[in-house]
Amino acid sequence: MRKTVIVALVVAVPLLAACTENTRGDDSDSGDARTVAVTSTDEGCELSAVDAPSGTLTFDVTNEGSQVTEFYLLGDDGLRIVGEVENIGPQLSRELVVNAPAGTYVTACKPGMKGDGIRADFTVSKSGDEPAVSADDQQLVDQALQNYQAYVQDQSDQLVAKTEQFVELYESGQDDEARALYPDARVHWERIETVAESFGDLDPMMDAREADLEEGQEWTGWHRIEKDLWPPAAGYTPLTDEARATYAEDLMTNTETLDKRVQKLTYTVDQIANGSRGLLEEVATGKVTGEEEIWSHTDLWDFQANVDGARVAYEGVQPIVEQKDAELATTLTERFAALQTLLDAQKTDTGFTYYDELSQDEVQQLSNAVNALSEPLSQLTAAVLS
Amino acid sequence: MAAAGLAAGAFAAGRATAAEGTPTSGREDAFAFRGAHQAGITTPAQDRLHFAAFDVTTGSRAQLIALLKAWTDAADRMTQGLPAGDVGPTDGPVDLPPDDTGEAIGLSASGLTITFGLGPTLFRDAHGRDRFGIADRQPAALRALPHFPADVLDPEKSGGDLCVQACADDPQVAVHAIRNLARLGFGTVAVRWSQLGFGRTSTTSTSQSTPRNLFGFKDGTANIKAEETDAVERQVWVAPDDDARAGWLVGGSYLVTRRINMTIEVWDRQPLGDQEEFVGRTKASGAPLSGGTEFSEPDFTMPGSQGPVIPRDAHVRVVHPDSHGGARMLRRGYNFVDGSDALGGLNAGLFFIAFVRDPDTQFIPIQNAMAKSDALMEYLKVTGSALFAAPPGAAAGEYVGQALFEA
Repeated sequence: MRKTVIVALVVAVPLLAACTENTRGDDSDSGDARTVAVTSTDEGCELSAVDAPSGTLTFDVTNEGSQVTEFYLLGDDGLRIVGEVENIGPQLSRELVVNAPAGTYVTACKPGMKGDGIRADFTVSKSGDEPAVSADDQQLVDQALQNYQAYVQDQSDQLVAKTEQFVELYESGQDDEARALYPDARVHWERIETVAESFGDLDPMMDAREADLEEGQEWTGWHRIEKDLWPPAAGYTPLTDEARATYAEDLMTNTETLDKRVQKLTYTVDQIANGSRGLLEEVATGKVTGEEEIWSHTDLWDFQANVDGARVAYEGVQPIVEQKDAELATTLTERFAALQTLLDAQKTDTGFTYYDELSQDEVQQLSNAVNALSEPLSQLTAAVLS
Repeated sequence: MAAAGLAAGAFAAGRATAAEGTPTSGREDAFAFRGAHQAGITTPAQDRLHFAAFDVTTGSRAQLIALLKAWTDAADRMTQGLPAGDVGPTDGPVDLPPDDTGEAIGLSASGLTITFGLGPTLFRDAHGRDRFGIADRQPAALRALPHFPADVLDPEKSGGDLCVQACADDPQVAVHAIRNLARLGFGTVAVRWSQLGFGRTSTTSTSQSTPRNLFGFKDGTANIKAEETDAVERQVWVAPDDDARAGWLVGGSYLVTRRINMTIEVWDRQPLGDQEEFVGRTKASGAPLSGGTEFSEPDFTMPGSQGPVIPRDAHVRVVHPDSHGGARMLRRGYNFVDGSDALGGLNAGLFFIAFVRDPDTQFIPIQNAMAKSDALMEYLKVTGSALFAAPPGAAAGEYVGQALFEA
C-alpha cells in the first residue's frame, strides 16, 4: 500500500460529518439541488450554487487550471474541515460526497495546494433530510483516537526499553541471551510498523533487510545484527567488537529518535483503519513468505506482532464499523479469530515455531487466513468514513 | 488425447439445439451464461484458457452457497463483457478497492465462457467425512481417478474441491475472469492450482478448423462436435437414470483434466515417418495412414509392408471408439508452455480437458489402454490430474449447483 507520512497532524478530524470522495458517484441525483458543480481554475473557484438543502451533498469538482488543486468544505470558522478532496490534476474531476447539516460553511479551492485558497461562503438550509449525526459518533471517534495514540506510545516505550537491553547483551558478547531477546524486542517494532515506517529516514536505517539495499548503501539496524547473531555457515566474517558497538549504538540512537517523534503523533480515524490494513499487508508480503527474518527464522513473532497491531487498530474503530456496516464488523472479527487460532497452534514455550520448521501446508494455511482477512480489511477505511 | 484422438464417427450435420452454443443477441462475441447446460462445453472452443482449481477453506455450508451465488452473478456479468461487480473498475469511491480489477477495460466479451465444476473432495474429506451435508448426493463416478501407468502427478497441480474453466479468444479476458472470481472467494476458497492455455487443441464445432498440438499434429479431428446432437446427448450430458444419487447432475457432465507434459526436444528428433506411425496419421493433412483425407475413417486392417499400415501401437488405433465399445469424449484441451525447466527444456504440453457422461466407461478404460500400449506415451508425462462434476446450467435467478444444495 502507499505509505503515508504521518507527521504531527495539523488537520482536524473530518469525520463527524462523514465524507467520502468519489471519482464518480451514481448519477441518480445529478441535477438536483444537492449536487454542486465546482470549477477550479488557477485564479478562480466557481460554484454552480451558493446554497443547498441539508443532507448528502455532492460537490463535483473539475480542475480547469494548470496546477494540481484541492477543494475544501470548511465549517463557519473557516478552520474545521468538514470534507476535502485532494490531488485533482489539471483536466481531471473528482467528487466530494459529504453529509452536511444546516448551517453556514466556507468553500475553498486551493490551486497549487498552497495558501488559504480561494474562499466563498456557502449556506446549507434546513430540510427534512438532516443527516443523523449523533454526539455518540463523535465520542466513538474521540475514544478510538485516544486509545490508539496511547497504544502506540506504550509500544514505543517498550521498544526503547527492550532495545536497550538487547544492544547491551549484543555489545557485551552475550550472544545466547541476545538471540533470545531479539524476537521479543522486535515485537514492539512490528506492532506499530506502519507508524514506524512512516518515517522514511529512520526505517531504512533500522529495519532494512540485506536484499533491500541499493548498491553501495550501508547496511545498519536490526537485520544487520541478526545476521551477525545467526551467521551463515560459510563465507561470513563475524563483526569485530568495535563494529558491534557501532551498529548497536546506531540502532539505539535511531530508536530513541523514533520514540521522540512517535510520542508527539496524533492520528485520524482513517489513518488508524489504514494502519490496520497496512500491517496485514506487511504480513502478506514479508512474514508469511519468511523473507523478514532470513537468518533467525523468527518470522512468526513478527507475524503475531503485526496481527496484534492490526487487531488493536481494528478494535479501536470497531464500534464505528458496527454502526456503519455490521456485517463487515462480524466478518472481520471472525477472521481475526481464525487467523489467531492458526498462530496459537504454532506457539511454543519460548515463542513460536521457527519459519524454516513450518511445513508447506502450514504456510499455505496461514497464507489463506491472511488473504481471507485482508480482503474485507480493504473495506475498513471506507466503512469508517462512510 | 493427441492428434488423432477418438476417431471420426460419422457425425450428423445439424444445428446445435443447445442455447449455450449460440451467441446472444446484441453482442456478437458474447455467449449466454445461463441455459439448460453450462456454456463452455459445446460452445465452439475459444483460443485461450485460464483454468483454476480451488480448495474450500470454510466449513460453513452457508458460506459455500453464498460464494456460488456470488460467482454465478459475476460470471453472468463478465461473460456479457461487463465488470465483475456492479460498480466497475473506475466508478467507485476512491477510498475503496474497485470491485473489478480493470484489466479488461476496453475489451469485448471475447467469447468468454465460465464453467464451474465440483470435485469429489467437496463431498467427503480425506477421512470420508461429509463436509457440507451433501455426501449422500456424491455421484458414484465422482471419485479420485485411479493411478495410471506413467502418471507422475504433482499433488499441487492435481485435484481440487471446485474448479473454474474460463475460455476466451483474448487471454487477458480469461485471466481477468479467474482473477476476479478468486478475489471473490478469499475467505471461502483458496486457489489450489491454475493453468494457462495459449492455444486450443480441439474443435467442438464443425465450423472450426482443426488446430495442431505441440507435436505439430492436427488434434481433435474426431472430437464430438456440438452439431452431433445425438452424440452430445448420449456421450456428454448426464441423463436422469444414470445415477439415482445424482439427480442434481442431470444435464451436467463430468470434467476430466490432465496436465500432459510433452518431452518436446526428444520428440523433435524423431524422423517424420516415425512421428506419423506413432500417431497413425499424416502430419500434413491429418489423414489416417490408411489413406484418404483428414476426415476419412481409418482402416485398421489395411496391410502394410510389416503388419498393418496403421501400426498396432498407433495412437489413433489405441484410443479409437471401436476398441472401447463406441465410447467417445468431448475434448477442449489447450496447448501450454510454462516457460522452461532447469535444464533448458520447454515445460510444455497439452492441458487435456474432456467432458463425458460417464468417466468409468468413457475415460478410465481409454486412459489405461493408452498408458499401456500407445506409442506416444514414450514422449508424454502426466503431471496433473483431476475429475470434477460440472452441474447443469443455471436458469435465471438460480445459482450454479443450486439443485445439489436445495432440491
